[in-house]
Amino acid sequence: MTQQREVIVPEPGWARDFEAILEAYKQAGGDPDALRMPRMATMVVNANKVLAANDAHGVHFETEELPDGIRARIFVEPGTRVEYPIHLCFGMLPTEGVQRIDIEYEIGAGAQVEFLAHCTFPNAIKLQHIMDARIHVGANAAMTYTESHFHGPHGGIEVLPTTRVVVEDGGRFATTFSLVHGRVGRMAIDYDVSVGAGGVAEMTTKAYGMANDRIRVNEVLHLDGEGARGLTKTRVAVRDEAKSEVFTTAEGNAPFARGHMDCTEIVRGHAVARNVPVVVVRNDRARVTHEAAIGTVNHKELETLMARGLTEEEAVDVIIRGMLR
Amino acid sequence: MTSRSSQEPLLQVEDLSLRRDGRPILYKVYLTIRRGEIHGLLGLNGSGKSSLAYTLMGCTGYEPDSGHILFDGHDITRLSITERAKLGLTLAWQEPARFEGISVGKYLILGMPEPDRRRAAEALEAVDLSPARYLNRSINHSLSGGERKRIELAAVYAMQPKLAILDEPDSGVDTLSLSDIAALIRRMADQGTSILLITHRDEMVTVADSASLMCQGSIVFGGAPANVRRYYDHRCKVHNETVGVVMPEVIASGAEGSERRAT
Repeated sequence: MTQQREVIVPEPGWARDFEAILEAYKQAGGDPDALRMPRMATMVVNANKVLAANDAHGVHFETEELPDGIRARIFVEPGTRVEYPIHLCFGMLPTEGVQRIDIEYEIGAGAQVEFLAHCTFPNAIKLQHIMDARIHVGANAAMTYTESHFHGPHGGIEVLPTTRVVVEDGGRFATTFSLVHGRVGRMAIDYDVSVGAGGVAEMTTKAYGMANDRIRVNEVLHLDGEGARGLTKTRVAVRDEAKSEVFTTAEGNAPFARGHMDCTEIVRGHAVARNVPVVVVRNDRARVTHEAAIGTVNHKELETLMARGLTEEEAVDVIIRGMLR
Repeated sequence: MTSRSSQEPLLQVEDLSLRRDGRPILYKVYLTIRRGEIHGLLGLNGSGKSSLAYTLMGCTGYEPDSGHILFDGHDITRLSITERAKLGLTLAWQEPARFEGISVGKYLILGMPEPDRRRAAEALEAVDLSPARYLNRSINHSLSGGERKRIELAAVYAMQPKLAILDEPDSGVDTLSLSDIAALIRRMADQGTSILLITHRDEMVTVADSASLMCQGSIVFGGAPANVRRYYDHRCKVHNETVGVVMPEVIASGAEGSERRAT
């Protein structure tokens, strides 16, 4: 198959937009140089414009611009070992508007791939980012997906990602969602993952809410195949008037399925945190466990850092940042 | 007293008493530590040594009912932990806390006036841990109890406080040998840190310049480490007279035990 380097025909102003989004990408923790390296598969989206979509060996992008967002399909050929992480940047520089991302990931059987996604909305005052993702991890394939957000200081953003994942037999899927820099605004994550025989799924969510931020995490893990394993790990800190709600469900539906849910939330000031774990076991040889700890910062950790000269606020921040790393 | 210590007191504890949940924990404690001095605080488990350490450090729930703590010319009795630490006082907990997502290197640097990676590496070497292997490790439950303990001592070493309270540095599986700890304590003292060494193992106080014996919340004897050790050997025993509570007891002292006795 011919390797395609640039599928997007630059329009007037493209370079300016591209550089601006790269700067925002950097704020979100991304490495702009990675988006310029020719051997890397990359996709860069600003609002409803696909500024770049660069294929690499065994990795293909199909993109389409919509009135309020984009539609994309990312296809990794079966058996492909993607050498470098695929870098994705979803951004929106205006203060207001809607960005709708309709995206499909098809990871062929036996492929191995890592995605690093950065979502950056540095100027958001009244902005909505809606993502509808469908992920198919083929048999014995492995996909790692790490998504970091940066929302700026205003808190005027709604982030509404919905993701449906199917992990075929022997497949591995690991995802980390991180929103710990800038204000959260309102976030509602909805993940639903089904895992086949011998497959593995790990979902990690990290968020730091402040002021009047609202965090809602809903994760459902279906361990459908024999020996399927799954883990949900949630780390949330809320302070001021922020609120978080974490709903996690793990279903053990097959023999030797093993699931675990692990939720830790730190609450400061007038913030409120809620965790609702649901365990469903439909097979007498499956096992699902959960643990949750919600409360203030561990007192001994706090006093230990204060005994090194940190103020209480500094110590709390170090502990929270550590938990969210 | 060694050549590094002076007569000038760094810490003076006067008539310090503490009750918790209605129970007396500390009772009329008097203690003086001079600049540059290593002072051993010996006592059986449950005698109030750790409670005194927490009270000196200003930990929550350990606010004294009466008495004063003077440190480096300041009355710190009502100061916060942070304020005490900024004046140069710190504590190495008997069972140190663990931290998710904080590296050993970052932890060591946190207490320094200026971040100094070289000093952090030196601190790890001082407790016989390889900087290359440990600086980037997380201070979480992947560390053994002994490793965590060593890192706590390294953190205090790196901080170079005026006074370090070391609460049972010799306790814990897989920890340093007594001679290693003694060498570390001497090294810290040589670098200008006075030490309050809390222990229930009498052989540990041999590293000290002076020592005190604590029993049932009070300091009952003080003086040269050898004398305190002898007093402890001969006269302290655990008894179970209080139902459900193991309490230490000092049998009525003899003439040789009167070197410096609390009233």
